[in-house]
Amino acid sequence: MKTKFTRPERRLLAASCAVPITAALCTNAGAMHIMEGFLPQGHAIAWGAVCLPFVVWGLIAMRKIVAQHRKAVLLLAMMGAYAFVLSALKRPSVTGSSSHPTGTGLGAVLFGPAPMAVLGMIVLLFQAILLAHGGLTTLGANTFSMAIAGPFVSFGVYRLCRKLKVNRLVSVGIACALGDLFTYCITAAQLALAHPGEQGVLASMAEFLGVFALTQIPLAIVEGILSAIVLMMLESFAKPELREIGFLQKEVVKA
Amino acid sequence: MSKKQVVTILILVLLCAAILIFPLMTIRDSEFGGADGQAEEVIAQIDPDYTPWAENILEPPGGETESLLFCLQTALGAIVIGFGFGYLVARKKYRAEEAV
Repeated sequence: MKTKFTRPERRLLAASCAVPITAALCTNAGAMHIMEGFLPQGHAIAWGAVCLPFVVWGLIAMRKIVAQHRKAVLLLAMMGAYAFVLSALKRPSVTGSSSHPTGTGLGAVLFGPAPMAVLGMIVLLFQAILLAHGGLTTLGANTFSMAIAGPFVSFGVYRLCRKLKVNRLVSVGIACALGDLFTYCITAAQLALAHPGEQGVLASMAEFLGVFALTQIPLAIVEGILSAIVLMMLESFAKPELREIGFLQKEVVKA
Repeated sequence: MSKKQVVTILILVLLCAAILIFPLMTIRDSEFGGADGQAEEVIAQIDPDYTPWAENILEPPGGETESLLFCLQTALGAIVIGFGFGYLVARKKYRAEEAV
């Protein structure tokens, strides 16, 4: 959904953008799948600062949905819940280790990437505080990978697929799978930047990618399939809502 | 939902299950530990001098409590999703004009 900002909102957004610039003041620092304490302070704070404008944008976008698309609130809550469920399910993978999907792709496809920054961060907070999974100091970096980078990729890929006239459900599947995978690539990059070791950032990144991305490939495919299933069900039961948020209408016009 | 759609969904779910079960069947000598734990090892390897500077505030005392909390997270999400679909399905069923 395209959001137009009112003046106070624009000001708020600009103010939040100022924070990364004056990053030193920022306390909102953390990350998702990166373990508590495993990013140096500077990195933790920087990632938190980068996330802040997106989270503010997300809050504004969510407020708009609640105010203007009352009907769609249930759908938004379901998208949040979907991310909640998927990120709690650790699944075995071909590399002999387990990891979990992100679940933020579907919401990004339906509502645009901005609200997912907020929803994803809530999931991360829950896991960081209660589950000792991820952490508060790494919340910013993890929010960036799971709730910002992933959703933006999903959203972009979905748009691209639709432009190329790919079937809608297939597009959603591909978009969610790639968004999920990209999340872990970002995580690997973040860790590599923080821990280049003696071999340099690139070699170190290759190593982290080996840990995260390989494990994630089959899980990303599963997330893609699940997201397509959920959308299929939504299409048959929630048409009015999907029209309300402009998801279906646009498709009809284009087709 | 048409019958065809239901069948498609069932096939897709089975496919997901197959993807997840496959490694469990083929890889015997693994405990399927978390990928983030592995990343910790990689860090220890390339950056041996690094010590984590923060600890999780609440660390679940053991595997059981942790699984409880993970279940809780899943349950909360599942409740909302289930409620949502229940609402939507019933609405479609009982309001004929919605069935566009």
